[in-house]
Amino acid sequence: MVPIISTFVLAVVLGIVVIFLFWIVYLYNRMVTLRNRINNAWSQIDVQIRRRYDLIPNLVETVKGYAAHEKEVFQKVTEARAAMASATTVAEQAQAQNQITQALKSLFAVAEAYPQLKANENFMMLQEELSGTESKIAYARQFYNDTVMAYNTLIQSFPAKMLAPPFGFMEREYFPMDESAREPVKVQF
Amino acid sequence: MYEQIGSNIWRSRGLIAFFLALIIGLGYLFAKTTDYPEILPIAVIFAILSSIGSYYYSDRIVLAMSRARPATREEHAHLVNSVEGLALAAGIPAPRIYVIDDSAPNAFATGRDPNRAVICVTTGLLEKLNRLELEGVIGHEMAHIRDYDIRLVTLVAVLAGTAVLISDWLLRSMWWGSGVSRRRRTGGSPIVLLVAIVAAILAPLAATLIQLAISRSREYLADAQGAMLTRYPDGLADALEKIAADTEPLEAANKATAHMYIVNPLKDIGGPLNALFSTHPPIEERVRRLHAM
Repeated sequence: MVPIISTFVLAVVLGIVVIFLFWIVYLYNRMVTLRNRINNAWSQIDVQIRRRYDLIPNLVETVKGYAAHEKEVFQKVTEARAAMASATTVAEQAQAQNQITQALKSLFAVAEAYPQLKANENFMMLQEELSGTESKIAYARQFYNDTVMAYNTLIQSFPAKMLAPPFGFMEREYFPMDESAREPVKVQF
Repeated sequence: MYEQIGSNIWRSRGLIAFFLALIIGLGYLFAKTTDYPEILPIAVIFAILSSIGSYYYSDRIVLAMSRARPATREEHAHLVNSVEGLALAAGIPAPRIYVIDDSAPNAFATGRDPNRAVICVTTGLLEKLNRLELEGVIGHEMAHIRDYDIRLVTLVAVLAGTAVLISDWLLRSMWWGSGVSRRRRTGGSPIVLLVAIVAAILAPLAATLIQLAISRSREYLADAQGAMLTRYPDGLADALEKIAADTEPLEAANKATAHMYIVNPLKDIGGPLNALFSTHPPIEERVRRLHAM
């Protein structure tokens, strides 16, 4: 009798160990998948930011064709683009992006006063493309944040919590928000 | 929002599990009361084969049936940008975009997985909805694609087809008496036979009801997930109200494709049974749930 019982117990214990190992493997792979998804999401944001950067010169030239004397606003745009090109840290980059957003807002506000410019087909196309790109930047950031939330939730929960540090899975940060954007908007005419 | 998504996912899983149990039960009855239980796997294969063609070529078939043409960046810049933006939010590659020339506002998504997906809208939709409403609709369709709803709906159709086939053969074999051998008749129970007959008659109806219930559950889910993508449930809610208020039927749609559209394009008769037999949940309820998010 005894050998049969101990064989049975052994089989059950082995079964539990095997299931446990499969679970560990599953959790590890899940953490890898989510981490890679985060990195991909980050690079998607970069793609859209780059696209916006590339669209701006065409826009500036089109607006200059009708409103060449609005020097102030063109300068803002040029400075903002330069800030983006020279940014090194993540914080600097986020600030440069915000600068570009503000400069573009001013540019489009200025364009409102020139009906011929507004009717220009190239301008309308660029306006739609830039507006679309701003939306895409927002959506890409949203996806990045959603993915970070899923990843952080996983590695904060039990039992993945035990598994993450030894394999080097750290919590990730949400997309940095430029603090100046939180301030109430000042409208000046 | 999160609660609605969770409850709809579990609900559709429950319905599918119930469906599988129904089929297994039918199969068991079939094996018990006839001489040919081997027909069971044949029924399943049959149902799968008949669905494979429509599944694999679902995008081409539907597009051809609907007379859709590809959308271009020049002509539909805002539509293209919206689709690409929401694809980024969903984390899937941007689907191909098609347009149907029809003044009735509607939209659908097809394609067997997110890499081979298609979104199609009517010109009526583009004209009648504002930007927020359009994004709401596209968000709903994007959610269908990301959640593999087309694949799920095909699977459910296979299950329904299998249930119908088994019931049909069960009844036939009993009617003609060839399947019930002397051997079983002397040893088998008449109660089992009776249960089998009743089950065979009711099963196709049950299969249809479950199939429609799953379809409705996935529509609610796509509403909730779509609102999650746009982070603006009111956009989709307003769009649904506008689409429902438009009484013009969509010419390009017919019974085979109707279930895929965001709002049932065949404006058929109402009535109390309509709720059970429709592929889409009632608009008022969809809007109510969206506003409640």
